[in-house]
Amino acid sequence: MSTRRIFLRNSALAMVGVGSAPLWLKRALYAADAPAPRNKILVAIFQRGAADGLNVVVPHGEKAYYDLRPTIAVPRPSSANREDAAIDLDGFFGLHPSLAPLKPLFDQQHLAIVDAVGSPDPTRSHFDAQDYMESGTPGLKATHDGWMNRALPKPPGLKPVSPVRAVSLGATLSRSMAGANPAVALQSLAGFQVRDAEAARQFQEMYAESKDPVLRAAGKETFEAVAILQSLQKQPYTPADGAQYPRGRFGDSLRQIAQLIKADVGMEMAFADIGGWDHHVNELGQRASEGQLAVLLREYGQALSAFWRDMGDRMADVALVTMSEFGRTARENGNRGTDHGHANVMFAMGGGIRGGKVYGRWPGLRPEQLYEGRDLALTSDFRDVLGELVARHMGNPTLAGVFPGYQPRFLGLV
Amino acid sequence: MHGKRVVALAVVGGAIGFSGVAGYAAKEDAAQAREFLRQIPRDQRIAQALNRLTFGPRPGDVQALRAMGLKKWIDLQLHPGQIPENPVLSEKLKYLDSLGMTSEQLVRNYPAPQIVRLMVAGQLPFPSDPERQAMIQKLVARAERKQGDAAGAANPGAPQTPPLAQILNVVQIRTLRRGTPLERVAFFETLPRDTQDEAIAAMPPQMRQGMFPFASPDLRRRIELTNGPAQVVARDLSEAKILRAVYSNRQLEEVLADFWYNHFNIYLDKGADHYLVTEYERDAIRPHVLGKFRDLLEATAKSPAMLFYLDNWQSVGPSAPRPRNPANAKQARRGLNENYGRELLELHTLGVDGGYTQKDVTEVARCFTGWTINQPQRGGAFVFNPRLHDQGPKTVLGIQIPAGGGQSDGEKVLDIVAHHPSTAHFISRLLAQRFVADDPPAALVDRMAQTFLKSDGDIREVLRTMLASKEFWSAGAYRSKMKSPLEMVASAVRAVNGDVDFAFPLVNQVAQLGEPLYRKQEPTGYSNSSEEWVNTAGLLARMNFALQLAGNKMPGVKVDASNAPRPGDLAGIALGSPDFQKH
Repeated sequence: MSTRRIFLRNSALAMVGVGSAPLWLKRALYAADAPAPRNKILVAIFQRGAADGLNVVVPHGEKAYYDLRPTIAVPRPSSANREDAAIDLDGFFGLHPSLAPLKPLFDQQHLAIVDAVGSPDPTRSHFDAQDYMESGTPGLKATHDGWMNRALPKPPGLKPVSPVRAVSLGATLSRSMAGANPAVALQSLAGFQVRDAEAARQFQEMYAESKDPVLRAAGKETFEAVAILQSLQKQPYTPADGAQYPRGRFGDSLRQIAQLIKADVGMEMAFADIGGWDHHVNELGQRASEGQLAVLLREYGQALSAFWRDMGDRMADVALVTMSEFGRTARENGNRGTDHGHANVMFAMGGGIRGGKVYGRWPGLRPEQLYEGRDLALTSDFRDVLGELVARHMGNPTLAGVFPGYQPRFLGLV
Repeated sequence: MHGKRVVALAVVGGAIGFSGVAGYAAKEDAAQAREFLRQIPRDQRIAQALNRLTFGPRPGDVQALRAMGLKKWIDLQLHPGQIPENPVLSEKLKYLDSLGMTSEQLVRNYPAPQIVRLMVAGQLPFPSDPERQAMIQKLVARAERKQGDAAGAANPGAPQTPPLAQILNVVQIRTLRRGTPLERVAFFETLPRDTQDEAIAAMPPQMRQGMFPFASPDLRRRIELTNGPAQVVARDLSEAKILRAVYSNRQLEEVLADFWYNHFNIYLDKGADHYLVTEYERDAIRPHVLGKFRDLLEATAKSPAMLFYLDNWQSVGPSAPRPRNPANAKQARRGLNENYGRELLELHTLGVDGGYTQKDVTEVARCFTGWTINQPQRGGAFVFNPRLHDQGPKTVLGIQIPAGGGQSDGEKVLDIVAHHPSTAHFISRLLAQRFVADDPPAALVDRMAQTFLKSDGDIREVLRTMLASKEFWSAGAYRSKMKSPLEMVASAVRAVNGDVDFAFPLVNQVAQLGEPLYRKQEPTGYSNSSEEWVNTAGLLARMNFALQLAGNKMPGVKVDASNAPRPGDLAGIALGSPDFQKH
């Protein structure tokens, strides 16, 4: 399996001519004094654990929502206690109160919401559903690579590509990023180096000469990325416009993605994830603004809003999209939580996004409207959203290769 | 050769078509199948046994194994009770006293703040050990003083935390700020014990942390307790895991304990599980790692740790009594929770393609209603509560379970799934993936699954089949797997014969490499396949760890590098090399 992956990678490199380009050439190309042309950037966020979309973007205009969730519904915007009430978006949908920092993005039409969206595969397994969403091929387990890796636009001609064109934040490489194109896993920019220069040189040689093709390729990617990122490690990073990222891994991830974008090192794709959405028990507190989901959404909303503020005008080049493996049961379960469901909600934000609108056809929550009698039904495929961003934002027209066997129907987000 | 030719073909083709890949794949599969039949020579067989059945060879292990003979060595590893345990390990584990405690004892001896409050309020007894009791009372006093500090502006008369300057004199404080960490610790330990305890509480955190890796086990314990007693539980567990991997003579048992914990994974930071995992690993996992799968499965199913982690303790049937206090009704609404039912089928037994439906998941969940925990936050035990059980009839995987079975409904489910052919196959494949190859030959998995079914799920017998196979001793398997972070760290320490005085820095390393111990949040556990661990961040972390360890710069571990020509360097390069990442 691994050899197959590497075979694909090597051949792709050979085709675009990177394999033979000397390191100094690439370094020169991406050095600070010779800025690379600004390319389009796609940032994907995965909410692992199946976020409860119905309590993230609340269908407050739907009576059935309140019938199905007697103890964990988010109150209507008209409710007396404003702190706990949904923040109205369009008279029917509203944001969970913890997402207040995202309201200005929606109002300025930089944030679009797609509702009743997700993977058509019926699985309710976290593992399978995440795998399908990250591979971009629901129902197909044999897909070895991830949709983001396949979506990387082919560079024009023989122009060398940056070793850090695809960056996945975290100690392991995300499934979305794995594949033939080089992709970098990065825990922190500061730590991304071998601490002893002489040893680094020796390691680089040993990995280059390794008989193991997987480690040889991984070593090459590693040292090329280290060379590019060296200059960033020396400068402290101050987010622009007083943007404050929340403490914790997710805020750190988005801050470093912003730093990488502004450093113009040739990054085109970035991936970050945030876990902890699997709320089977006590999803919300006695008040909707309290409890596990409320706390997590606060961190989530603050991080997205800080990223937007920090990016400023650069947001024109960026599209950020969020997803979660499936939604949760429309009806609350016996423990004031929700179980594994079906359709969910996705966010798309960026300067080129036609925001300020909730997209997708709302299927309703009455018993006969529910999927398998229990979950929000699906009216848009997650690949409709991702496909449009890949084609229209990234300018990669070869969607058949990115989402084989599926033809995305664009919603008009870009 | 083979690889190069294929790459050339692909480039000539110009595009990667599906047909090209498929053609390549078929050829590659045939070649790989041959590799799994090609036997490795004797020297490599010894290396293969040490690589896969232990956490890596130490100096001298190859010779010792050769002297004993492979067959006898394997047989002993399959019967760990017959191997005398390493006294060095017992000595090092002695200080991690939480390992031997029940969950209830852990809650009381290493209390979280809310438990301390209950003790102070007289609702829970203090621990019986006088020293521990004194420690907790000190904690309480300190918390009260802190509250006084916080209210200080409004209440200037409140008692203050005594500053370090009131506990130690100027010369003493200066000594603690200068010199090597070892000198500082040596000086500190000459102070009277009471003074030490006061000073630990008063000193700035960085001074405390600076002494930590160099302190004696006893002083370390007191510093940990000052930092917060609750965290000791997780630290002891993780440190013990490293120490056992490095030092145990019963290496296969340790490898299997890691495998089975990961198979029945529990995230230690999920609420009450913080105090339940110690008992879980010790009493539910470890006794059965070479036993009957059915016993292992039942031990996990009835463990408070699993009942809490997958929420089954709160899953109740439709006729369960409603809460009496209507004011509490919102908090106490309860009903069916499918979480355990689903993961039992998908992850623990049949596998996701094992042939079950959503309806089976719901029926299994109904069978387990009433399997709950008596006061989980206080370390309570498993209990079956018939009033919470769904008494109706159920059908699981086509088998009818009549009404009124009570606790035996869940036990019947365990019988059904533990003996199911899908389970035999799924478990065999996972074992083969861990021990033989990332993509193990189907023929081997089938033979292991047959043994599983014939032996009533006897794990030792399944492993025997695997170890008697050509595939295990084949060129296809040999050195084909990437080490997991735990395997990498433990094998590196073993390779340089490191003396681990304090394992926590190594615990952090394993997390840096991508595998935080006891902290995989998802019930899937970590993958048994190499792909999980090959990436830029992980490789850099491995290289940096190798240099640090071999350079004798890893806190808590002593490495004798006096024989190397350039101390540390060469060994560090070797441990960070591509070869060492595989086994």
